[in-house]
Amino acid sequence: MTMKELSLNILDIAQNSISAGASLIEITIVEDDETMTISVKDNGCGMSKELRESVSDPFTTTRKTRKVGLGIPFFSLAAMQTGGNLEIDSKTAEEDPSGHGTTIKALFYKNHIDFTPLGDIISTLCTLIQSCKDYDIVFIHEFADGSKVSADTRDFKEALEGMPLDNPEVLMWIRGYIAEQYEK
Amino acid sequence: MKSLAELAEIRNKMKDKVSLREGSNDIRIVVGMATCGIAAGARPVLNTLLEEISDKGLSDIATVSQTGCIGICQYEPVVEVYQSGKDKVTYVKMTSDKAKRVVEEHIKNGKPVTEYTLKESE
Repeated sequence: MTMKELSLNILDIAQNSISAGASLIEITIVEDDETMTISVKDNGCGMSKELRESVSDPFTTTRKTRKVGLGIPFFSLAAMQTGGNLEIDSKTAEEDPSGHGTTIKALFYKNHIDFTPLGDIISTLCTLIQSCKDYDIVFIHEFADGSKVSADTRDFKEALEGMPLDNPEVLMWIRGYIAEQYEK
Repeated sequence: MKSLAELAEIRNKMKDKVSLREGSNDIRIVVGMATCGIAAGARPVLNTLLEEISDKGLSDIATVSQTGCIGICQYEPVVEVYQSGKDKVTYVKMTSDKAKRVVEEHIKNGKPVTEYTLKESE
């Protein structure tokens, strides 16, 4: 049992980056004819060695409300059921004062019958951008034919000169900006 | 083709408006966006809330934000409405359609939709 779309897993994993206090979250999707690699990289507080090793276990979680944390296990399962895998690279500030943070990288085989569709990635990005006052999102989606879709909230913030990104007209513009790139 | 200059245009337009959205926001709408919420369908609920509030011109009185696990995962998607001077209202098992009603009846007209609340579901 996993989420219906990979874009929902991406939203979920990115929430971890936000909880980790990241100021920059890089979401990258790279496709070739057979595979899709999704990575979520942040500069947040990172995970200790013990947490890193147990985080794919559903009974490991940092939340206090429940004893189960399913975000990473779900993403890992979605990748593995296509014959792919999930890699976790993480360093705490103690281990690496200038390079702390976590990168979650998942490999999917698109032609496998159990490949979950990417789904509505634009809604996922808009959901993350709606609350991005304290962090920035850099998104890149590279296709097999070499074409690319990208969005960087730092560019948006620069153009807006301090006006919040959660203004409805701004959000609508950003949604259109990304949608237009996908249409090409 | 959209250009970043259009964003600067939007900003310039807003600069001339009296309130730049700080200050009079009396109502805080919080949507659960942890794994439980996302899996249960919180993303479209959030989008609908944002659209409805914008379309009905309620952006000056209500803000929408996201939160982690609230602790009542079986009731997700959960939407909490905070208003100064009033009790918190917790909406459970929300959908886009229910969100539309909540914005119209509760946010706009001040009458919580009690049949969607936690108390009614327990």
